[in-house]
Amino acid sequence: MASTMPNLRDPQPIRTRKKDLPFPLNIWQSAVGRKWVMAITGIGLIGFVLAHMAGNFKLYDSPAAVHEYAETLRVLGKPILPKYWALWILRFGLIAMFGLHIAAAYSTKELSRKASDGAGFISGEKSYPGGREYAAANYASRTMRWTGPIIMLYLVFHLADLTWGYLPHTDYVYGDPFGNVTRSLGNLPVAILYVIANVALAVHIFHGAWSMFQSLGVNNPKYNQARRGIAAGLAGVILVGNLSFPILTQAGVIDADDNPCREFVDSDANTECFEDILAKEGK
Amino acid sequence: MSEQTINLTLEVWRQNGPGDGGRFETYEAKDISVDASFLEMLDLVNERLIEEDKTPVTFESDCREGICGTCSLMINGQAHGPNKGQATCQLHMRTFSDGDHITVEPWRAASFPVIKDLAVSRAAFDKIQQAGGYITVSTGSAPDANLIPVPKEAADMAMDAAACIGCGACVAACPNSAAQLFTSAKIQQFNLLPQGQAERWKRTEAMVDTMEEYFGTCTNHGECYEACPKEISLDFIAFLNRDYVKAKIKNRKLAGQKS
Ligand code: HEM
Ligand code: SF4
Ligand code: FES
Repeated sequence: MASTMPNLRDPQPIRTRKKDLPFPLNIWQSAVGRKWVMAITGIGLIGFVLAHMAGNFKLYDSPAAVHEYAETLRVLGKPILPKYWALWILRFGLIAMFGLHIAAAYSTKELSRKASDGAGFISGEKSYPGGREYAAANYASRTMRWTGPIIMLYLVFHLADLTWGYLPHTDYVYGDPFGNVTRSLGNLPVAILYVIANVALAVHIFHGAWSMFQSLGVNNPKYNQARRGIAAGLAGVILVGNLSFPILTQAGVIDADDNPCREFVDSDANTECFEDILAKEGK
Repeated sequence: MSEQTINLTLEVWRQNGPGDGGRFETYEAKDISVDASFLEMLDLVNERLIEEDKTPVTFESDCREGICGTCSLMINGQAHGPNKGQATCQLHMRTFSDGDHITVEPWRAASFPVIKDLAVSRAAFDKIQQAGGYITVSTGSAPDANLIPVPKEAADMAMDAAACIGCGACVAACPNSAAQLFTSAKIQQFNLLPQGQAERWKRTEAMVDTMEEYFGTCTNHGECYEACPKEISLDFIAFLNRDYVKAKIKNRKLAGQKS
């Protein structure tokens, strides 16, 4: 019996600390360090989300502009780098950031679960048998570990849909992003899915961006009032921008019929069609 | 002047010892003066239990004026009860209404094992303190006052951090069972002052590393600040995060001098 009794004077650690690895690997050995990793990769991911959204605004320009933009990404770094290289470097960076972000989130959560032994630990939170009242934690902060995986699942769907072209509803044509987007988001269930996922993303960023300031120690009593505002503003901009695509496609503002090359379902023919249009515009 | 009294129903956590499973028991608390503190109300309940030859409820208290940090109760799911900036001993029964049901539980966290009923061991906090919650001074005659100039802002802020009474409400309230608020206050009360500079980086590293051996990971919910009887600011947690990574860098530079 004695072995299961907690020692009240000399409590058993929930985690033993290993010998320090050389800097900067020792950052990852601590939970505070992992929150730094989460925050820095979070900044990178928010940067990606903003850039991706800005790119999508080309949808409001013209189908040819979308084609041109996609081509620009492929030849990024020309003439120093061969085609696709820069894009793949960026992609590997993104994959690494996602990996680190999720690994840090998961492992620190597990530490909190261990630290809450003796109470319940339900859906990522310590729970009291007699119930508890929250005074500060909000919906966003309490659902980070649900909005995160939702974003991840959506990401896989989104890539299968518009990058790999695996999904039948899109009738994917390589090199015609405007056509692919309008064909995909023209399906009501798909549009709804995009809306839900992007609401989850905005909710995640609403807490994430505020949390990031704290995790990195970006703290100055003079400007602290602004931090919630910045987080809310960032989440708001991303919400409105990203929701506009599925909603306005459904509303017919982004219209598949505006696509001058929509007849060309063959990739090369389609690309040729767009190149002709761009050439006529003198680009 | 006639005294106003209320009748309450309590759901109190009873647990015979660290190994016991524990359960809630219901007690009627009749004719409680609204001027009584929460702990005085529990005293009355205990007196009646003793009269009935039952075991009184174990709970902790010492100063009963909000400065020792001994009292520790989860009241209706809130650490130290519903009022902001108050310890349980400062909570008065006028906060409640006649006929209220009140749930009373101990702090819960793996590193706060229940000793009995509502009393928990907070020895893990001592471990954090022992890791670096001190400064080294030479003993001998007391130095002259104001020998070391301290900027007013730094002094004020260090004083705010030093207000922490080590009660553990922050850990109790935290959905992650993290001890960031306590640890950050105990670190920053020294890190902000000239006297604390000599051991600043060693202290930060050692205290955070020890904290992580016993407690969970902060996700910046902010529940600790709401629960804290001393309203220790979340700013200290940001300072802790900044000083910790700085410490990792500085201590690497000093590595040649470390054994
Ligand atoms: C584009 C996608 C994403 C962005 C922009 C983003 C952004 C952020 C930011 C800025 C933080 C705050 C970091 C900190 O507190 O220091 C955060 C935290 C977090 N993220 Fe993400 N994230 C994304 C995707 C994901 C994914 C895919 C997952 C999980 C599968 C995830 C899970 C989490 C969790 C659990 C936290 C911790 C919340 C906390 O500590 O308060 N995130 N995220
Ligand atoms: S920070 Fe506040 S809640 Fe935490 S131990 Fe100190 S006084 Fe108690
Ligand atoms: S009994 Fe001392 S703080 Fe409550």
